[in-house]
Amino acid sequence: MKYAKLKFFIFSLVVLLAPLPLAGDYLLNVLVFVGINGILALGLNLLLGYAGQISLGQAAFFGLGAYGSGVLTTMYALNPWLAMIIVAVCVALFAFAIGFPVLRLKGHYLAMATLGVGVIANIAFNETIDLTGGPSGLSGIPNLSIGDFVFDTDLSNYYLVWGFALVMMLLSLNLVNSRFGRGLRAIHDSEVAARVMGINARLMKVQVFTLSAFFSAIAGSLYCHVMTFISPTTFGFHISVELLTMVVIGGLGSVYGSILGALLLTMLPEMLRTFHDYDIIFYGLLLISMTIYMPGGLVSIPATLRRLLPARGSNA
Amino acid sequence: MDFLNQVTQFVISGLATGAIYALIGLSYAIIFNSTGIINFAQGEFVMLGGVLTIFSLNVLQLPLLVAIVVAVAVTTMVGLVFERLAIRPLKNATPLALIIITIGASILIRGVVMLLWGKDTQALPAFSGNSPISLAGATLLPQHLWIFGVTILVIAASRMFFHHTISGKAMRACSFNRRAANLVGISVGRMVLLSFVISAALGSLAGVIIAPLTMTAYDVGIMLGLKGFCAAIMGGMGSGLGTVLGGLILGTLESLGAGLISSGYKDAIAFFILLLILFIRPQGLFKKGETERV
Amino acid sequence: MKKLISTALVSFSLLCLSTAALAAAPIKIGALFAITGPASFLGEPERNTAQMMVDKINKAGGVKGRQLELITYDTGGDATKAVQLANKLIKNDNVVAIIGPSTTGDAMAVIPVVEKAGIPLVACAAGSKITDPVKKWVFKTAQNDSLAVARIYEQLKKEKKSKVAILTVSDGFGSSGREQLKAQAANFGIEIVSDDTYGPKDTDMTAQLTKIRSSQAQAVICWGTNPGPAVIARNAKQLGLTLPLYMSHGVSSKKFIDLAGDAAEGIRLPSGKVLVADLLPKSDKQKASLMAYVKDYQNHFKAEGDHFGGHAWDAVMLLKGAIERGGDTPEGIRTQLEATRNFAGIGGVFNYSAQDHAGLNKDAFVLVEVRNKDWKLVK
Repeated sequence: MKYAKLKFFIFSLVVLLAPLPLAGDYLLNVLVFVGINGILALGLNLLLGYAGQISLGQAAFFGLGAYGSGVLTTMYALNPWLAMIIVAVCVALFAFAIGFPVLRLKGHYLAMATLGVGVIANIAFNETIDLTGGPSGLSGIPNLSIGDFVFDTDLSNYYLVWGFALVMMLLSLNLVNSRFGRGLRAIHDSEVAARVMGINARLMKVQVFTLSAFFSAIAGSLYCHVMTFISPTTFGFHISVELLTMVVIGGLGSVYGSILGALLLTMLPEMLRTFHDYDIIFYGLLLISMTIYMPGGLVSIPATLRRLLPARGSNA
Repeated sequence: MDFLNQVTQFVISGLATGAIYALIGLSYAIIFNSTGIINFAQGEFVMLGGVLTIFSLNVLQLPLLVAIVVAVAVTTMVGLVFERLAIRPLKNATPLALIIITIGASILIRGVVMLLWGKDTQALPAFSGNSPISLAGATLLPQHLWIFGVTILVIAASRMFFHHTISGKAMRACSFNRRAANLVGISVGRMVLLSFVISAALGSLAGVIIAPLTMTAYDVGIMLGLKGFCAAIMGGMGSGLGTVLGGLILGTLESLGAGLISSGYKDAIAFFILLLILFIRPQGLFKKGETERV
Repeated sequence: MKKLISTALVSFSLLCLSTAALAAAPIKIGALFAITGPASFLGEPERNTAQMMVDKINKAGGVKGRQLELITYDTGGDATKAVQLANKLIKNDNVVAIIGPSTTGDAMAVIPVVEKAGIPLVACAAGSKITDPVKKWVFKTAQNDSLAVARIYEQLKKEKKSKVAILTVSDGFGSSGREQLKAQAANFGIEIVSDDTYGPKDTDMTAQLTKIRSSQAQAVICWGTNPGPAVIARNAKQLGLTLPLYMSHGVSSKKFIDLAGDAAEGIRLPSGKVLVADLLPKSDKQKASLMAYVKDYQNHFKAEGDHFGGHAWDAVMLLKGAIERGGDTPEGIRTQLEATRNFAGIGGVFNYSAQDHAGLNKDAFVLVEVRNKDWKLVK
């Protein structure tokens, strides 16, 4: 347990100090988006990695969070912080409501149902032109601010987003090591066995689904205030696939893995820039080979290495 | 009277699109039934059919029929290679791993096509001209007749294959219980390969016959694949009439929705129907309920 | 004495070297285009044209003795990426100006970034919102869709057609066009009797066209980019729709005729003059630039220089003009851009001012009709 606290402390330190060598570099801007993707990946990981429920529709909650905050702060001039809280709560309630019918499904059917929710949400963003500005997008969204301090530079947005990310990581870490987290893992292994032991699987699945939606909505609000402009194309099926990839590559069932996955996949287009058009092929190959050869994700590398290397003090 | 004509037109256009969804749905069902895998790359096989035909026609200057055969053959090879390289190594993978692999494969195939043939939309000439045909107050194109014709042929062929040939029956055996099929001497590995081959061929054929109507590009596979999957679910993932009906119903409802309710929400209507079916009758419209053994 | 000579020699050589160093420092211009993704039909010709023009300028000695360096990034039509890449151009590559992006969505996302950083942006996207209201650092070269709409409505008014059905695609381009179609209808005495949309990937629009056939429309205006309008043209032929069919400038390329086949016959649309460059009278101010562009693109890329690549042509040449007239800092370039008058480009004749950063009027568009698989001017 102490080891876990130390790990988190070191990680937070790295996050807090990272911008220092990067002042004035555009990478800082990229890291802001890594933070947002990280929060999204955290939410999906709780649902997918721990509870074992596939969701291809995270984009819906991400978009609802972004548009909710965007519309409330532009059309109704609501305070952005207040809007964020209201939107996150509303999205969570919505997720709770549809969670019951949706999470009765399993495997591919669940994947398709969540995909359906995602597509319907995206179409709604596109068509409700009077509210959302439709395909042309919504602009003029204010930055977040505390008193006179406005979060409108890369540096301030970095600390804002990563502040949220660290809090949510802490929350997730505590959650997975609690009774609730153990219950989730029991459901993942065998839902029937878990039920037999008295775990209310149905309710727990919906609860983690709601939490994941809550995380996504917060990420959405942060996104809209950082960009000050949003459009429906950002919240489509491809983002749900990207998130899935981040969680899988980083490591299912690992909080740090989600962040690692988000980091890698947000930076990957930068690293692949030399390949120009070839990056989409590389992306597909990466997905396939990681799933076949390294199903535990990148965070499993230390464990795999430990297994492969000869043990210290053995009679080898 | 005019309203009736309108509705007839909606229905006929919907049936034509629905027939394509039905063919694609059949491909999903065939693979699912013998392997339990949902092949998210199925839409790309459809895309390959159209794109390869255009390539063979325009660049290789082959006559239309030969071009179609070449396209279907090459796509079948792709399906084969895909099964060998990506599915075979994962004998006991979780559904999630399989979903991700097939999604990865679809991205890969799309990327390769984009690099080789560009991102432009391309048109395939209609098989027998473009003169509209009048039918009960609505109009069709000859290509629609081709679509209906090919779909009926495929249904008949698949019925014959799955119920009257050894290989077909062996595949059905695999779908009922893999272990038992293995025990009676059926080579499950070969059946899996065969199912991918058939699905790829079917998918590419669907792509070829619809390309003259809708034109094709490297990314048409995504939506077609999704809608075909909806058709398969509506039909309960059966390799027969259920899926076909599911596709036809989906296409018709979509067209009626676009015409009578709102064209902007057309896709939303299709997915909404899917959600309703998943919530109320996940075993599909035509199957009896399934029980799960623990 | 020796010391004096050696000091003189050293100072002289230092002076030469520094002048050479100064002269060699290239002017960095950033470019953001949607080279891959759904808007690649915009980004690719734009990237090709921009690179071609910069190479041409450099070969002729550069601008004021300095070479131009074009740094291009691919946004993939993704607004988030566009913002990240704009930041990269400004903070890491230290560009003095940015050309592009290709799509209105990307442009709207990038505007806050350039406004904050004080870097001039010459966008190649069509949305009116980009320069209306006017933003200090943002200019555009693509014609406003409001001008295209005005052209079509003008023709319809001439032909005494007052009831119109509109069919627009549900993306940024289509919805912007739809806004304009609705806003200007009253000015030309036109009533919109049917207002439908279709999705960018939709493959069958017979439902919408069937509805239009039963309405009282006297003409149909379709606003979208390939392949949708081609499908609509074919569907219209299939349904036996005889109403005049107008498209938008989004399909002003030969590709549309290829895709629509026989169904394209008789379709009209407003187009930038580049499509009919050879049909223009010699007196047209743009003729020289247009013919040169078409020839250059054909030589370089073995394809037709089209309307979209032209946006990049204009952006590069406008920047060149601004730098020549005295600006090589962001502020200087911006001031000179705003002072551009009577620049005969591919998209039209540009006249920027403090109140107008779009610079074109409706003469930027001509109305063309498809006849025998080729374009013809409609007088």
